[in-house]
Amino acid sequence: RDFNERCAQCSEVNWGLTDGGRFYCRSCHNVTERTREVINTDFISNTRVQTISKGSRKKEKTDGGCEWYVCEGFQFVLKKQAEALEALGVCPQMKDEILCNFWRLYLQKSKQAYCDRPDGETVKALPVCDSSTDVESEPETPSLLHLLSLSESEGDLQTDSSFVSSTSKVSASTSVCSGSVDGSLYFMKNQKEKLRMTMPMTLSFCYMALLWLREPMTLSDLLRFVVEGHIPYLNVFQHFPEKMKLYGVDLKIFCVESWPVYEEVFNKMHELAAFLDLPRFPDITDSCFLHPDMLCMKYLMEANLPDELHDWTCRVVKKICIGEADFLTLVPGNKSTRKVKYDVLAAAVIIVVLKLLFLLDDHYEWLLSDFAEERNKNNKEGRPYFEFKKWYKVIKCSLDAEQKKLDEERAKYQWRCEKPLFYSADKKSKVLKRRQMVVNLQNQFRKLSGSVQPAEKPNPSSFQLSWSEENTDGSCFHGHSLKGILQEKRGVLAAMNPDYWLCTVELCRERSCGHLAHYREVEFPQSYHFVLSLFSFLLRIQPSSIHDDVCLIEHKLFNKKLCKKPKYNTVIRK
Amino acid sequence: SSHEHKLNFQKSKEMCLNYIQDAMLQKQWKRAVEFLTFYIEALEKDFSREYMGPSEIIWRIGSEILWHHSHNGMKEFNSFIEQMKTLAIKRYLKVCLEHVFHLLCNGLIDEAYQTLSLAESWRHGEQTSVQDKEMKLIEAYRGLLDYYSWAKQKHILLEHGQDGFEDLSVEQEMHSCFRKAAVNLKEIIKIPGVWDPFVKCYVDLLEFYGDHDEARQVLNEYAYNSKFPANPNAHVYLYQFLKRQGESKKSLISALKILHDSVPSHELMIDFNTMLQKSKKRKKHRLGLEVIFAALDYAGWKENVKAWSCLAKQLKQIVISEKHLDWIKQEWNSRRDWWPAFHFSRYLAKRNWQENESLSYEKALVAGILLGKDCKYFKYVSHQGCKAQVKRFRMLKKFVNKHNPVYLRISG
Repeated sequence: RDFNERCAQCSEVNWGLTDGGRFYCRSCHNVTERTREVINTDFISNTRVQTISKGSRKKEKTDGGCEWYVCEGFQFVLKKQAEALEALGVCPQMKDEILCNFWRLYLQKSKQAYCDRPDGETVKALPVCDSSTDVESEPETPSLLHLLSLSESEGDLQTDSSFVSSTSKVSASTSVCSGSVDGSLYFMKNQKEKLRMTMPMTLSFCYMALLWLREPMTLSDLLRFVVEGHIPYLNVFQHFPEKMKLYGVDLKIFCVESWPVYEEVFNKMHELAAFLDLPRFPDITDSCFLHPDMLCMKYLMEANLPDELHDWTCRVVKKICIGEADFLTLVPGNKSTRKVKYDVLAAAVIIVVLKLLFLLDDHYEWLLSDFAEERNKNNKEGRPYFEFKKWYKVIKCSLDAEQKKLDEERAKYQWRCEKPLFYSADKKSKVLKRRQMVVNLQNQFRKLSGSVQPAEKPNPSSFQLSWSEENTDGSCFHGHSLKGILQEKRGVLAAMNPDYWLCTVELCRERSCGHLAHYREVEFPQSYHFVLSLFSFLLRIQPSSIHDDVCLIEHKLFNKKLCKKPKYNTVIRK
Repeated sequence: SSHEHKLNFQKSKEMCLNYIQDAMLQKQWKRAVEFLTFYIEALEKDFSREYMGPSEIIWRIGSEILWHHSHNGMKEFNSFIEQMKTLAIKRYLKVCLEHVFHLLCNGLIDEAYQTLSLAESWRHGEQTSVQDKEMKLIEAYRGLLDYYSWAKQKHILLEHGQDGFEDLSVEQEMHSCFRKAAVNLKEIIKIPGVWDPFVKCYVDLLEFYGDHDEARQVLNEYAYNSKFPANPNAHVYLYQFLKRQGESKKSLISALKILHDSVPSHELMIDFNTMLQKSKKRKKHRLGLEVIFAALDYAGWKENVKAWSCLAKQLKQIVISEKHLDWIKQEWNSRRDWWPAFHFSRYLAKRNWQENESLSYEKALVAGILLGKDCKYFKYVSHQGCKAQVKRFRMLKKFVNKHNPVYLRISG
């Protein structure tokens, strides 16, 4: 505010507003008679205003807390997540440059709608100490590339005090039920223009940064690490600095009670990228981890399938042009290109290849396997021929065991954090009493069951299933040969299987119903369902999502044949 | 099966509960405890809209598990229950009551008594009146335990006989137990319900102290007040009391009549039949026949020699006198289709003869009368009996042969 009078008591020019509308001196807390109406309500960017609400919410609260804004909380969360990712091996650039610049851009974009500033004003997130009253501002929006490539000295995003000025219309009544200043506002305002920040969105930010840097971590990997506890998400707020007190509506914002959902994080990421007006992301080329050729290799290994299948996946990828940089690279805001789920796509390619080679109609693959078994008897090549039946038995066994383990983990998942939460101060004692009882009971029963709470989380690893060729029991199929199911045809090894069945003849309109196809287990062969469920487990995603991409690939692959024959013919001759 | 990869708190706890249930059903207590430990945190979440919230679930499951699987027995159980009591004030008395039951099952009568007394003195604002029913039960059970003490004192006195001062304190103790018990027992049986053990104990007390009028009134109320649920035992108690009091046959019969109507297979039906037979009235005899036939409709009576002998005796009398053959006809009409297979098959003939000669004798007599001399049961048994040269079987054979025309009249 343009109120530059000196304080009568301490001669400072350091004014704040009580919610009664009076000015008070922040240095000596002297309240004036001057009220807000008298002053020009145009806000000028280089003064900082804090509105203070009544009651116990003084600048230094009695409980040792300070004022903090919701976005500060999220900033903290992002910082923690970035640190964890760095510990997992992601390059430090992610934390120091990319993620924090994305965040600043977000704040800038969203704050424009947040406050009553005239257009063109910007607010920068800077750690400002209490005493300074002036904040630098730039009259024009810095160029995005400039922001993104900047390595600022204050790259560390940690702030101890509220950093940004906000002229949010916080009224006294709303701020009582939240520890943050604008917590209750969060749910009230019309959220249409700006993307309101949520906990799942923090993961969208992380993924966006990972994608920008083309780090070797898919979204399913990221989410799996979150669930396994390697990346802070659930209960991360308990590591907020002491001064940031959390209660009331804050709990709704920061407390998570469900695992992050792939589709949600994925879609939000794309929304975010568009919202931030980001340019085309760095190209995904065939040397990138996220390229289908690379991911297929990884998933083939994990699924214990022969390495030779990689040739086939590359052929499919090439044939339908999904290995092109233009197809794979994200261009935010471009509605005509399909948003690519790299992990799902790679899994779908493998499934299509399996269908090409083995048909997977619950008959042919078993016949073929018997045939390969026969040929194996006379096999003098040193490498056994791949037999589907053997592979199925090994994988089914492992998958069932892992799934059972996972189900038990889900049932045993602990959601509550060390730090007890209360919605409001009057519920504090009740909550603490409950907490004490819970701890007592847990101790009592833990002693009884004799189980020791595992002190450490398992080490994070990129592979969930691993197979070693050193095992003499023959349970590793990487080195197996596909010759058992191929035949020579005009000098080229081709699949013996001449047929193919389409998952669906017609694709749905994704825009209207959200899916390309609708998967129902009973309508498909069990072998198909089996391979779907294998990758569904590995990627921790619903089989229907993978099925969608399988349909997409099939339609690209058999495009010509589909256009030629107008009548329905679900079995196609290749 | 498709596995959901989404997970939220609610679903996670549901799954946990399923695992606990499965483990308990298979009596894998250690595994059940393991999962229960992970379920406990559900207490911190408000489930107030659910039918059964986590605190109740944990109480019930935890009790069951600790009952079957605990390292230091009752101590652990008790400490757990104490925590459960504080967890939900709305269930305080119910938890106390169930705790008492567990203690009694373990023979810890004194601890049970203490818990009951403690619970009786509990007051908690409006909760006291809301949990009024549980309070009444608590008082009633304390009364029951007071009766139990009384009975112990009585036993001591009776053993020692009344000699000397040392028994004076026992006697005083006994009377004080009586007073305490009587008050609470009387209260609970006022409320419509099934209170068999309480009624029995109360009546026992009243009889001992000579208050027969009160006892009679209590038993009549219990048996005949329509507000109380129909309870055959009520009539049994009343009958037994009247018998002890030496009441007239008339009142005894009326008490047992109701029992026959509601539970035709009751074990007292033999007494009933005997009583009716002794009467001089024809109507009573008719009823007696009905009663004994009805009792033998039930599988539990198939090998009851006394019952068969009652029936045999009565049928024999009727056949000899040739009066009231229509009674037999009436009773036999609804039974002729199935009694032969049920009671008088050849297989049963063999088995009865092998296992219980008297049984086979009585049954053969009945069969001979109802089904004639040519029926398989009679033929087999009488043949075996005569072969073994048992006198009464020869008499039996003669009797049935002689009265065969009667059979023809019955069956016609």
